[in-house]
Amino acid sequence: MTPAIWMFLAFVVATLGITVWAAKRNTGASAYFAAGRSITGWQNGLAVAGDYMSAASFLGISGMIALYGFDGFMYSVGWLVAYLTVLLVVAEPLRNAGKYTMADLLAYRLSPRPVRAMASLSTITVSTFYMVAQMIGAGALVKLLLKDISWITTNTAIVGVGVMMVVYVVFGGMLATTWVQIIKAILLMTGTIFLSALVMKHFGFSFERFFDAVSHITYLDSKTKLEVTRNFLEPGMKFGDAATGGIGKWDLVSLGIALLFGTAGLPHILVRFYTVPDAKTARVSVVWAMVIIGCFYILTTFLGFGAATIIRPDHIVTDNMAAPQLAETLGGPLFFAFISAVAFATILAVVAGLTISASASFAHDFYSNVIHHGKETDPNSEVRVARITAFVVGGVSIFLAIQLQTVNVAFLVGLAFAVAASANLPVIVLSIFWKRFSTTGAVAGLSVGLLASIVLILVSPSLMGIDPPEVLGTKRHLIQMNALFPLTNPGILSIPIGFLAAILGSLMRPEPEAEAKFEELQVRAQTGLGAETASSH
Amino acid sequence: MNQIQTPDSTPWSRIAQRPQYQELLRSKRAFILPASLFFVAYYFALPILVGWWPEMMKKPVFGPVNAAYLFALSEFFMAWTIAYIYVQKAGKWDEQARQILAEESSKPSNH
Repeated sequence: MTPAIWMFLAFVVATLGITVWAAKRNTGASAYFAAGRSITGWQNGLAVAGDYMSAASFLGISGMIALYGFDGFMYSVGWLVAYLTVLLVVAEPLRNAGKYTMADLLAYRLSPRPVRAMASLSTITVSTFYMVAQMIGAGALVKLLLKDISWITTNTAIVGVGVMMVVYVVFGGMLATTWVQIIKAILLMTGTIFLSALVMKHFGFSFERFFDAVSHITYLDSKTKLEVTRNFLEPGMKFGDAATGGIGKWDLVSLGIALLFGTAGLPHILVRFYTVPDAKTARVSVVWAMVIIGCFYILTTFLGFGAATIIRPDHIVTDNMAAPQLAETLGGPLFFAFISAVAFATILAVVAGLTISASASFAHDFYSNVIHHGKETDPNSEVRVARITAFVVGGVSIFLAIQLQTVNVAFLVGLAFAVAASANLPVIVLSIFWKRFSTTGAVAGLSVGLLASIVLILVSPSLMGIDPPEVLGTKRHLIQMNALFPLTNPGILSIPIGFLAAILGSLMRPEPEAEAKFEELQVRAQTGLGAETASSH
Repeated sequence: MNQIQTPDSTPWSRIAQRPQYQELLRSKRAFILPASLFFVAYYFALPILVGWWPEMMKKPVFGPVNAAYLFALSEFFMAWTIAYIYVQKAGKWDEQARQILAEESSKPSNH
């Protein structure tokens, strides 16, 4: 047994203990779906940060900075500033007007059944893309980390993550999922701070020496096989004109739009605001999350630039492994084991958070309100359906992750953000701020936004392109044709399309009942009158 | 649908007509709208400057640290500052909302 396995097992045992504790306290729907609205501001801040700092951020961003320098850092910036959209626009009205899901806000003054059905579909789509990406990442990570243990393969790793997340969600509900997230966030921050400190120690704790080294990195270029010296602080290595033929700067703007508006539409982030007692706590938790996430992303510079200077880009095995590799170089096998276990715990926690938001949406929006018209004869049946859904979601995502394990992970996460930004965000914003927003508008916005983002990605250079015959396997494009849409990220076009569909739909089919209820929604959203309160049991 | 825990006679429309409530909405709008426009503009200034004026952003400012990295770093402090100001303002709005709700419940039928 390697130290990595021991550390990972310790995390599993600790989190199962939390699940047992949470299972005893799970009485009733509000306890199961919203942790009894008992989570405090700093706890929820850590949980929001935990949900957000996925494997894509920790492994992906540090790898991207290690290989592309400054351009990789652009992701970090977008991911933090996006929280201002959450803080200023979405968090408090959502908490005041809703109960368990994003659709609660939409259904408040619109016709509940069509709106909830579409919102549920879009929630499950976003969560599934995101989840499959995380599970593929887990599989790849485990295969690299534990290659000397023969029975651990990509598939057993994916199944293991799938089974664990189902256990957390089915037995522990939102309370267990939240605490798993909190512990993981603390572990991840500790690991990141320690690794950054080791990087600075390598440079004698001198920022001058550190940045000097970053601005002169000499390595073998992977394309030309020639030794080059580059300044990794300079923009353009990934999105610059020389690297992309001029289209990269548009991609950078499009990516920025998707990040800035996608975060406030991610269902697993939005459900977190129902776990706190009131809108004020929701606000405090966003601020906590912003402090933690901001520090984390600034530290990714040290991990990424550290890997670029200390390991050098031509010695980094794969881009997603730059951070663990740096840990091994600077801290030895034990620290490598710790960082790897943290990365794995990160995936596990994020996957659990996604599962609970998908199953809450199915049980609350689709089962209770679409099929049963919102007449809950037995509130426990909603919880039962959510538990069954968690099993199904677990099974489906294990299957999809095994089938799709060669698909690029960043592409799947990008898809999740693009769908969230194009389908969910327009209808959330219009529902809060626009009196004439109607059911037709919401259904049009959700469905057209969903469709536009998926279609634009299908015809983007991520999936379409003509490869020379020597390009094989996962590097080959899925569709051997010239891409119809030039950008890898669809946000710049699909988000306006989502907004436009929602606005046109509302103008074409106005809804006097929805307009009449706008005042009520506004008073409730802005003053908190009538908002769901913490459960007394 | 949402079970509103307050009874059906909840005086939404009476609150909506109160001048204090209108003042609360005005005060929120007066901050949130310009603040949102500002942070969106500040954020997109970075990819636009980096994408269209890369030579300017490559200029070193402090030792080897260039304008692009400093601007990117400043985005974090911009986000934290706006969040801080928002929380300060929101504290006042909470107080205003509390007063409106308290007045409403103390004299529920003054119309």
